[in-house]
Amino acid sequence: MSLTGLSQAEWAIVALSLRVSLVAVLVTLPLAYALAWVIARRRFPGRMLLDAAIHLPLVLPPVVTGWLLLLAFGRSGPVGAWLEQVFGITLVFRWTGAALAAAVMALPLMVRAMRLSIETVDRKLISAARTLGASPWHAFVTVTLPLSLPGILAGATLGFARSLGEFGATITFAANIEGQTRTLPLAIYTGLQLPGGEEAVTRLAIISIVLSLGALLLSEWLVRRSAGGRAHVL
Amino acid sequence: MSFEVALSLALGEHRVALDFASDAKLTALVGPSGAGKTSVLNAIAGLARPERGRIVAGGAVLFDSAAGVDLAPEHRRAGYVFQDARLFPHRRVAANLAYGERLARPEERWITLAEVVELLDIGHLLARWPGTLSGGEVRRVAIGRALLAAPRFLLLDEPFASLDAARAEGLALLVERIRDNLAVPILLVSHGRAEVERLAGRVVDMAPPPQG
Repeated sequence: MSLTGLSQAEWAIVALSLRVSLVAVLVTLPLAYALAWVIARRRFPGRMLLDAAIHLPLVLPPVVTGWLLLLAFGRSGPVGAWLEQVFGITLVFRWTGAALAAAVMALPLMVRAMRLSIETVDRKLISAARTLGASPWHAFVTVTLPLSLPGILAGATLGFARSLGEFGATITFAANIEGQTRTLPLAIYTGLQLPGGEEAVTRLAIISIVLSLGALLLSEWLVRRSAGGRAHVL
Repeated sequence: MSFEVALSLALGEHRVALDFASDAKLTALVGPSGAGKTSVLNAIAGLARPERGRIVAGGAVLFDSAAGVDLAPEHRRAGYVFQDARLFPHRRVAANLAYGERLARPEERWITLAEVVELLDIGHLLARWPGTLSGGEVRRVAIGRALLAAPRFLLLDEPFASLDAARAEGLALLVERIRDNLAVPILLVSHGRAEVERLAGRVVDMAPPPQG
């Protein structure tokens, strides 16, 4: 027992949760921003369908999302078999699988926050940049990207908090394996199944609350600071 | 020739047709609101595509539908001063001024930051954020940013709009100074003939939009 009352095994659970969530958010960030930009700025047939597909994990029962992931990324699934053959990567029953499940569940929230902030970037500023000699890419990097930074930060934090809480898709796809996929929510669930597990459950629940609250407050602070008081998450 | 513009432009329901050539140092485009003046500036800057026509400005063919020429905005080198200025809110004045200067080729630059700062009297504003500037200051910085991008020609959209009489007069003197001291042709858009007559070597009238 350490000062905080957490055992070494419990610290390992917290560390695993943080690693899974961080990797899920960092890997998803560029994809989420690209999708947000396309939906905010481009008009093309199938745009609504793409938007709906991104939002699907938000409304689907998480267990269904996990099952779909199993079909695609499982050892015999088309993507899973390919990943294993070509790169030797296995996702099921591994912490990387938990990160994938968390990423899919976090994606809609991240895209939403980023899209809203991209939409608030005045296109007139982009045309001004173009007349000053900027290529479309340079205008994107110097105008759209920095002005949508609050949305990127908000999206990343929301995605991180969502990943920390991911349960249904993770347990379905990556299972509940100690040291690999047993993140905070799964550990709490496991603790509830065991006689005399209430104390551990309480400690882990408090950690969850502190981490989630911390993430929200951090993002609020980052967003306000980067937007000079012009934007907020909460 | 400073400007040779012959174009047909779709503007919502109706069509704007304009044909003029001017070798004045400052040409004014005058017409009531809704006549499509800003649309013409956008077409010259490459932000809107005319249905057909030919645009030559500052000695360069920017658009020629018959010859298949249509330069991208970043290759037209238009010193476009928008009516709403469009300063970048996330960059201080100094960084706004530097934006186009950095993108311009060194051999094409024809004015330095020091000269622009002196001409426009904006030295005390360099460390400020655009959001803290007054209307007149915003417009002076926008002019400076356009000049530093090494433009072939200047496009000024309603430069005196929504300024009080004293500030408008100050800005008119400034435009006069640019006209007389810098070798850059200017196309200025205005809704009032009176405010441009003293400045312009040539005034082009645009017809009012069709009624109903």
